[in-house]
Formats: sequence, C-alpha cells, structure tokens
Amino acid sequence: MVKNKKSEAGKINRSITPPIKEPVDFDIKLPPCEKVTLSNGVEVYMVNMGAEEVVMVNWAFIAGNWFEQKKAVASATNYLLKNGTKKKTAFQLNEHFEYYGAYLNRSCHSETAEITLHCLNKHIDEILPVVAEMITESVYPQEELAIYSQNSQQRLKVALQKNDFVAGRLIDACLFGEKHPYGTYNNLEDYAALQREELSAFYDQYYRNGRCVIFVAGKIPGNLLEQLENIFGKLPLRSHNSPEKEIIHALEPSSQKKQLVINDPNGVQAAIRILRPFPNRKHPDFQKVLVLNNVFGGFFGSRLSANIREDKGYTYGIYSYILNQVRESGWMISTEAGREVSDATINEVYKEMQLLRDEPVDEEELQMIRNYMIGTVLGDLDGPFQVIGRWKSLILNGLDEDYFYKGIEIAKTISAEELQQLANKYLQPEEFYELVVV
Amino acid sequence: MIHLEKFSLSNGLRVVVHEDHSTPMAIVNVLYDAGSKDEDPNKTGFAHLFEHLMFGGSVHISDFETPLQMAGGENNAYTSNDLTNYYIQLPAENIETAFWLESDRMLSLAFSEKSLAVQRKVVCEEFKEHYINKPYGDVWFHLRQMAYQQHPYQWMTIGKELSHIENASLKDVKEFFFKHYRPQNAILVVAGHVKSAEIKLLAEKWFGDIPAGEKYIRNIPPEPKQTSPRKKEVKSTVPLDALYKCWHMEDRMSKGYYVADLITEVLGGGGSSRLYQSLVKEKKLFSNIECYQYGTVDAGLLAIEGKLVKGVKMEDADKAVEEELEKLKRDGISEKELTKIKNKTESAIAFEDMSVMARANSIAFYELLGDAALFNSDRDKYFAIDAEDILNYSRKIFDINNSNTLYYYGEK
Repeated sequence: MVKNKKSEAGKINRSITPPIKEPVDFDIKLPPCEKVTLSNGVEVYMVNMGAEEVVMVNWAFIAGNWFEQKKAVASATNYLLKNGTKKKTAFQLNEHFEYYGAYLNRSCHSETAEITLHCLNKHIDEILPVVAEMITESVYPQEELAIYSQNSQQRLKVALQKNDFVAGRLIDACLFGEKHPYGTYNNLEDYAALQREELSAFYDQYYRNGRCVIFVAGKIPGNLLEQLENIFGKLPLRSHNSPEKEIIHALEPSSQKKQLVINDPNGVQAAIRILRPFPNRKHPDFQKVLVLNNVFGGFFGSRLSANIREDKGYTYGIYSYILNQVRESGWMISTEAGREVSDATINEVYKEMQLLRDEPVDEEELQMIRNYMIGTVLGDLDGPFQVIGRWKSLILNGLDEDYFYKGIEIAKTISAEELQQLANKYLQPEEFYELVVV
Repeated sequence: MIHLEKFSLSNGLRVVVHEDHSTPMAIVNVLYDAGSKDEDPNKTGFAHLFEHLMFGGSVHISDFETPLQMAGGENNAYTSNDLTNYYIQLPAENIETAFWLESDRMLSLAFSEKSLAVQRKVVCEEFKEHYINKPYGDVWFHLRQMAYQQHPYQWMTIGKELSHIENASLKDVKEFFFKHYRPQNAILVVAGHVKSAEIKLLAEKWFGDIPAGEKYIRNIPPEPKQTSPRKKEVKSTVPLDALYKCWHMEDRMSKGYYVADLITEVLGGGGSSRLYQSLVKEKKLFSNIECYQYGTVDAGLLAIEGKLVKGVKMEDADKAVEEELEKLKRDGISEKELTKIKNKTESAIAFEDMSVMARANSIAFYELLGDAALFNSDRDKYFAIDAEDILNYSRKIFDINNSNTLYYYGEK
C-alpha cells in the first residue's frame, strides 16, 4: 500500500507544461566593450571575457567592393593579402600562422574587407608582426594572381551549376541593379581581367594607407593593447570614421518584377527568391519589422516553415530575413522547393503575407515570438566572440548600445495592431521581386 | 579539464552533468545510440527520417516547438552513420521544459500518419537539395559502395535512394522506435548553468518511469580487409574533372585513428599543407585539394579529393597525389611539421571548447564511446604521437591494396 501511495504521489502529469519564467521578464545586459584609440586614430574595441586562453582580433578596413572601380578587384586584393610580402612567400606566410595554430582569414563585403585572427594567447607575440607585414608590405606576385584568377574561375563554373547560387546573385541584382555594389556579381571574364597593378593600387589606398577599425575579443592578454599600439598604432592608417569624399552608386532596380531562369533543365528543385526593398537599420520600422519577420519566416517556428515545410512538405527549409547591408536593405524570402511544387510554394508565401495583413497576430503566438527572440539574444551573448559580433554590428552601422536595448524593448512590447500595420505597409506582393531558377 | 558528474537511472538511462556557471543558458542533449549503420539495407535513410519524426508530436505533447520557444529555447538534431543526437538550448531557469519535452518523446511518439507523410516529402526535398541537385553530390554514394562491401557504412545517412524514404511505413517507424529509442540506448547530457543535485531530481522525475525496453544488441559485420585496389570511373555533367581517393583506417578508439587524423593535417590542413603547396601552388594540377577523415566510430576512411585544373589529365593528377604519399612513406615528416600539426590540434580543441553546446555534444559522444571522462583525456592521445608513428601508419594505410579511387569526369 505504502509503495503504491508513494508512486501515486510521484506520478507526474505529462500533459501539463511545466511552469516557466517568461523570457520577456529577463533583464538582458550587453556585456561591456572598451574603446581605446591608437595614436594614429584607429579605434580598438575590446570585449574581455571567456575562460579559454584564446583571442580573436579582427581588422575591418573600409575596403569593400563599394570602393572598387573594376569588378572583382576588392575581393582579390583582400584574398591575396596572404599571398606574399616583401619578406615572405605565400607558403611562408601560411606556414607561419599554421605553425602557431593560428587561423588567419580574410573576407570581403560591400563596405568592409577584413582580416580575422583566431589564436592561442601564448602565440600572439609571434603573430601580430606578421599581420602588420601583410598590411604594409604585400606585393601581389603575378604568379599568385594567375593561380587565384584561374581557380576562382573554376570555382565559379561549378557554383553556376547550382540554382541557389545563381538565384542569390540575380535577386540582388534585381533589387539594387547589376552595377550597384550590393547587386553586382563577378563573371568569369572579371577574374580573367584582373591586373596586378590594379590590386597593388587598391591595396595602397585602402589598406596600407586605409581606414580601419580593430575588434578584439577573448581572454585578452594584459599587454595586447600595448602591442597593438606599438605594431599598428604608428602605421599610416586612419580611423574608419575619418572623412573622405563619399562615393555614390545609383540604385538601378530591375523594371521586371517576375523572372524565371532556366539554369538546369534536368534539375529536381527550384530556387525561389522573393525580395522587396527595405530601409536600413536607422529607420524607425527596422527593429519592429524584425519582430514581424520572426512571425512570418525568421526561424523554424515561423509561419512560412510551419505551413510550407511542416504542413505541406514542399521544401527542406524556407526562411525570410532582412539583408545585412548598411545603406539600403531588402526583405527576402528564400527557399529551395520541389520543382513541381514551386508555384504552389510561391502562392503559399503570398497567402501568409495576406494573413498577416488581414488578421492581427494572436496574443499567444506573439508571446511565443517575444520569448523566442529574447531567449535567442540571451543564447547569442554566450561567449566573447558572439558579444563582439553584436558590438561590431552596432559600430559599423553607426549605432550604439541604446539601439540594442531599444530592440529588446520593442520585441517585448510591440502590439499585434502595430505588427498588422507594418504587414500592410511592407508585405504587399506587388512590391516584391520574384525570381525562380530551375 | 572540465568537471563531469555521472549517474544512471534504473531503466538504464545514462546521465552526465557538466556545470558551467559562466553562461545563463542550459543545454539538454539526448544522444541515441542508433545511426544509419543500424538500418536494414533495403530501408536505408530511415534513422535520419526518424529524426524528423521526433519533432512530429509525442504521446502527451502534440507540438514540440511552441512550448520550447515560449520558454526561450532553440533546438536541433543530427543523424550520422553512428548516432542520432538531439539538443536544446534554453535559459537555465526553464530547464524543466526541456526535460518535459525530451522525456515525453522518449516515452513514446504520437506516431502520426500526417507527420510521416509530410516528413517523407521534406526528407526527399533534403535528398534532392544536397545530393541530386548539386554538382558532385553523388560522389560519396559511389565511394562508400566501393570502399565498404560488408559494413553498413556503405550507404549515406540520407539513404541509398529516394524510394527507400518514400516507402517508409508507420509500422517501420514504430519498430524502429521501440528497438532503438529506449532509455538503455540513450545518453542524457545536461550542461551549463545547472546544479548536479537538481538535475538528478529532474532526471528521476521525468525519465525515471520510462520502461527500459529490450536491450538492442548490435550485430554488424566488420568490413573484411581490402586485398586489392578498387577503382571506378563516372561521367557527369559537372564542369570539372575531379579525383577522389580513400583508404581504410582504424576505428575511433584505436591509436591509428589519432595518427590518421594528424596525417590529414600534414597532407591537407591549410595553405602550408603538402598537397596544397605541391599540387595546387607548385605543379598547378588541382584548383583545390583536401584531405580529411570521417571520424566514424567503426573503422573509417581517410580521403583525398580535388578538382583538376582544366586540361590536366586524370592519370597525371592521380600520379602526382601518389608521389606525395610516396614521399611521406619514404621520408616521414619533419620536427617542424610535427610541432605545427600539434599546435593546430591544441588550438582547434581550445576554440571548440568555447561553446558549452559543443562541449555537451562531445561529452555525449565520449560517453557513447565508453566514458564521458574521455573528454578530458582523449586529447592527450594526439600529443603522444611522434614522427615515427606517422611514418609507420602512412606506410600501413597508403597501400595500393587498401586504396579506392574514383575518377569523376565532367563535360569535355
């Protein structure tokens, strides 16, 4: 009897959700970021946290493809930073970083082109001077350029067979225009036409004498700042904010709203991209629409995914998101769907837009979205690299931490009515470009 | 060194707790000792399809995602040849939600026809997206078939063919669940801002009354030793010819595994690796080349793959790869190379350990291999390896009779 009684008492009701602390009630703090200015004006932003003896240093140069006068020059200049200096060959540079277990990556975006170092603290002294060498003494050997040009063309040929790759290029060109830095893409002949002198000139202007900002995160060694000052603070670099004559690129959106491209006649899937123009982060609607986007298609639990994947099984994944551009942005819906259901998929996307325009989001769903968003921010702030990522996005967009807190406040408080108004303002099918690549 | 606490429930569920109070989050990771190697050869792709069905509602909970999102959580899962792993990240205060969700789907799924019908389609789209509608997407179907003649690693986790997934029935789903998804076949790892004592209570409360079920005894034929070279040619519509080679290596717990892992670093790890420097930069035969191994529990494969520069003959490219391997077998590696690959390994481990989620995944995997505490000791095995080991092991595996070669021809 006693035994039975005990097991009865221990019996749990699995049909009832355990009580939770609503994530919207969490008080989220963005861990602090220290700012120091080197004597040449270059700003250094540092997030000092973490348990592992590792550090990340990121040099963001204002050297993206916004500044190139000929296609593919900015990305080639960035990539080949690691392919030869006055003192070291490409092999020696690679060997140096790899010998110390350091990762030295390059990346080229629209506004910035970057160098990112991940390294064990104990080896940082050996690494930083060689990064400085890349910034001051890169020589762009002809042979390295030839290999890069040839291999880039080969890679592109393979990528062009993929519908999703082709769709990604073309949809940006629809919105911004093929000549605009946000809409441009490289063709085989652009790689073939690259000249050593163009790279050297771009390097000289935008790296060696360029504008730069440095981000540091990890368990930062005590002498790191002193080292940055000694090694980078006296170079002819300037602050990323220092004034320069603005380069203007005109937007040239496509006049054609709908396009069908046949890329792979035997393919079994269609790459679908649906995109409308959207303002940048400083627009008052931006952070509000982030909430609406999460209702619509921002994550696995969103409506697009619930309907088109989890109910209809048309696709392995469907998402919507705001493009990560600084000056002008866009609101995108992106999926790969079965070829025979691609029209049905597109119809469902527009149906979901209509639903958001016609009916307010119900309170329970909205509460779920709020909690999910806050939970995600909390999870994203886990670790120094994630935290510096948040700060970097703020800084490169000319924003500060008030913007971060405002975003959280909006996620916690925006009303269903306001979301419906935003849906009516932005989720209008006729304002979207629609591209299908099969 | 990280701190771990281990205990088992009476139904056989193994539980490991890793406290880390530097984060406000908790990770609840459930690993099932069931992968695509446990499939019927005529019903391949099933373990992975099953992973999708684990999100289609359980016996008391019709919707897995919404309550988790309400608690501020996120989740995902993956299936490999060896295992299936589910993980949730959520604010530590709400950890009980994760226990509630994971225990209910271990107790029993809802076995919904609708969920099966939809996920069959979703997985078919995944199959198309990653293996059909993608240049070179079918390469490993060929290579696995060639390299494994007995062992079920001969098929990919996604499955041999679409029809196996299309034909999956609810009966198959139920059988698979009660055969593999029992507590004694599972490992629960809880990590992050949690207390061991509380996790013990929660584990007992939510998982304690799940029936142990029958113990699944795995009976997989070991792959017989390969005794002669194997070779295959394929023609496809890709733009570039590509060369693929692979060799059998030892299982995850053997010393050879660690040596093979370091050999992949010597040959293909980064811009100063041998294959890249020699074949991409100096001889200009390949536009890219990689060397890697699969990290499988049972005896795995070490692979080299590269795309040829247009105009280069396949035989010449193959010969150049073989020459590099001969050089390694003849001269071994230098002290500098050895230091380099060990520094790289040390660094890779340090960066991987930064994420509590990655740590939870690894802990579960080590417990699957026999003991979660391997998390702390396993890495030392890399540092015990010397140049002699690398020389000897490269001689052993890079044997012509242990080689599998695929010539993958594109359009002329």
